[in-house]
Amino acid sequence: MSDWFSKFSGKTKSAGEAKERLKLILIHDRTDITATTLDEMKDGILQVISNHVTIDPSEVKITMVHEGREQRLIADIPLKQIGKQ
Amino acid sequence: MAAKIITITSGKGGVGKTTATANISVALAQLGQKVVCIDSDIGLRNLDVVLGLENRIVYDLVDVIEGRCRIRQAMIKDKRFEGMYLIPAAQTRNKNAVSPSDMIQLCNEIREEVNWILIDSPAGIERGFKNAIAPAEEVLVITNPDVSAVRDADRIIGIIESEEKGPARLIINRLNPEMIRRGEMLDAGDVLELLAVKLIGIVPEDEKVLRSTNIGKPVVTHEKSIAGQAFRNIARRMMGDDIPLIDLDAKDGIFNRISRIFNTGGE
Repeated sequence: MSDWFSKFSGKTKSAGEAKERLKLILIHDRTDITATTLDEMKDGILQVISNHVTIDPSEVKITMVHEGREQRLIADIPLKQIGKQ
Repeated sequence: MAAKIITITSGKGGVGKTTATANISVALAQLGQKVVCIDSDIGLRNLDVVLGLENRIVYDLVDVIEGRCRIRQAMIKDKRFEGMYLIPAAQTRNKNAVSPSDMIQLCNEIREEVNWILIDSPAGIERGFKNAIAPAEEVLVITNPDVSAVRDADRIIGIIESEEKGPARLIINRLNPEMIRRGEMLDAGDVLELLAVKLIGIVPEDEKVLRSTNIGKPVVTHEKSIAGQAFRNIARRMMGDDIPLIDLDAKDGIFNRISRIFNTGGE
């Protein structure tokens, strides 16, 4: 079934792999930000925010998204509510 | 007249910059335009051989810049196509002989006399590339549907944007409909989605391109060549004609797209 599907859609052969690889390569090329740099930035951001409000570091998500040729760094930082513990 | 100045570049070598420059130039001349194409690849000149003008070179780009001749003397008139001229690159000289401001000055000197100046850029992102894009009002980036060519195209598109020469428009060259059908080649939609730029043309793979290079007669002169038709369509789009591209809508099946490439020679 999957073989039949791949033949028909023509997308799970090497072209599909080329596209997936390129997606990752281009994100990296365009931003020049390595996974290590991203982690370091995350630590820095957490530290600054922790000076003012209480947060749970394990809930924080910092991700790179791209729209067209624009790259965007999205930080999702849930705040711990006061009084809930 | 004030020519429109267009640079054709790619990042990666061997994807078809020179072939595209030659063919689009001749196609524009055949539409009644006055065209000067400039080979800016100092030390590795090739536009002359693709155009079949290699035996007519007396002066070159560096001779003009270093004042050994007037621009007019370095403009080789292609007798086969009314209004078509080539300024060849120097073959032997130091590539640092030319600067971006030299290119701007040279283009300014001829732009009142012609409709189009097309500059064939060297591969890479070094000095030669910077020279080639310096006078450009628009940059066309050419790529092939393979991972290294697309990656380099993305890099070059980014540089063009940061040099404020963007947005670049894309030519996808050497698309092979049969390989796409088998799922072994990225299709035009994939490449456009990855690079997120506007398309100006798709040129299918065509044996007649090599044949025409062998004999020094650009493939646009070949009525039945599908690549020739694709280059003619690009020239007409540059003139502002609304020649539809293949529909890249996701709802449009891949087989429809391919059959249209076959039926209409490129678009």
